[in-house]
Amino acid sequence: MTPEKLKLASHVTAINWNRIEDEKDVDVWNRLVNNFWLPEKVPLSNDIQSWATLTPDEQLLTMRVFTGLTLLDTLQGTVGAVSLIPDAITPHEEAVYTNIAFMESVHAKSYSSIFSTLCSTKEIDEAFRWSVENVNLQKKAQIIESYYYGDDPLKRKIASTLLESFLFYSGFYLPMYWSSRAKLTNTADLIRLIIRDEAVHGYYIGYKYQKGLEGLSEERKAELKEYTFELMFELYENEVQYTHDLYDSVGLAEDVKKFLHYNANKALMNLGYEAMFPAAVTDVNPAILSALSPNADENHDFFSGSGSSYVIGKAVNTEDDDWDF
Amino acid sequence: MNVIAPTSAASQVAGRRTTSRLIYFSSTSDNTHRFVEKLNMDAARLPVYTHEDTLIAQEPYVLVLPTYGGDSGHGAVPKQVIKFLNIERNRDLIRGVVGAGNTNFGETYCLAGDIISVKCQVPHLYRFELMGTSEDVARVHEGLEEFWTRLSLNQAQL
Repeated sequence: MTPEKLKLASHVTAINWNRIEDEKDVDVWNRLVNNFWLPEKVPLSNDIQSWATLTPDEQLLTMRVFTGLTLLDTLQGTVGAVSLIPDAITPHEEAVYTNIAFMESVHAKSYSSIFSTLCSTKEIDEAFRWSVENVNLQKKAQIIESYYYGDDPLKRKIASTLLESFLFYSGFYLPMYWSSRAKLTNTADLIRLIIRDEAVHGYYIGYKYQKGLEGLSEERKAELKEYTFELMFELYENEVQYTHDLYDSVGLAEDVKKFLHYNANKALMNLGYEAMFPAAVTDVNPAILSALSPNADENHDFFSGSGSSYVIGKAVNTEDDDWDF
Repeated sequence: MNVIAPTSAASQVAGRRTTSRLIYFSSTSDNTHRFVEKLNMDAARLPVYTHEDTLIAQEPYVLVLPTYGGDSGHGAVPKQVIKFLNIERNRDLIRGVVGAGNTNFGETYCLAGDIISVKCQVPHLYRFELMGTSEDVARVHEGLEEFWTRLSLNQAQL
């Protein structure tokens, strides 16, 4: 598809960070800046030996997963986050989108760092060729892209939030899986940095979507909600196909789907809607959850235990400077 | 030059008194607010902005709060919660904490709940993500009812 004309913010005034309309813009800006990282900081070469222990099928899968993620990050960096700028409500929101766009480009580049560390040029080129030829991967990029070029600012935010908070996860599953088996652990460390960033992006764009809903008619709100769930279903169906394309060769597709359901729920929550998938299909493999977050397991649920075996949280050396009691 | 006579900090603190047994903080994103609404229990919300007067608890309570900040964990506890817990009476009456967060934040998932749990020596009762699923709501609702019952039984035995 071709955009009819270049869309830019219609009017620009000098941004004044001393006059803030929405504190969330400052909070998120600060968080993104504090989270800044570059792939060069991660010792990926320590994974070379581990990479050699993967079977050819597993290596091929891993490369394909990462080219798929590269495509989504490229889309979000060069089109997605940029397309949100003209619709921003505050000048600080525009600045946050430029930060998001740049970080997406860092993410896209970091997969190339992984490739150049672990793979041959020929293998890399073949994986990128696969990413152009895989129908389901191309379809998900096209669905999202069509909304970025569309004329509804709120639908752009819905598409963007679903990309940030849902579409990446068929790919993110694999490095978490390897990490849970003590493989490619440095690569997993890098991916965790990306996962952390995407959470802030999805949270923020979803928040701005909800701000955009304020003051709209009930009819328009209902239309947007219905649209969100329709788009989610469309993307989900495609995502299931994509998951089978990738993971059938190693028998992990069903496990990946649970991870998709779990993240689909979180994407909807970022947009202010209730979770859609019931607990029966979101029971993510505990090894994957704990690769994602060491605090995410059932042992941290005081209510489900007897209460007698409870241990107060482990001491943390991350207290606030201004915590003064 | 002001000369201030030594008085207890609590007596100087301005704040609205609350008898709610559930006290929570939620930013303008309203994620935690939505979770608490779904619990359908009497609850008091801490002010969104730090310049506003905080709350003064009158009854034992459970605190629900989200975690902020990133990798280092710096700034994990929202400032408004720090302001609230800097009041001694509020620390005396806290009985447990429920954390909200996002597992995407890895080791800092619900870290604010852990920090308060250690600082105030109360259990970190439950963790949920974003605005919580219906299962989270059901478990916390049931869990809190049981927790309060157990606490009042313990008190009766003392």
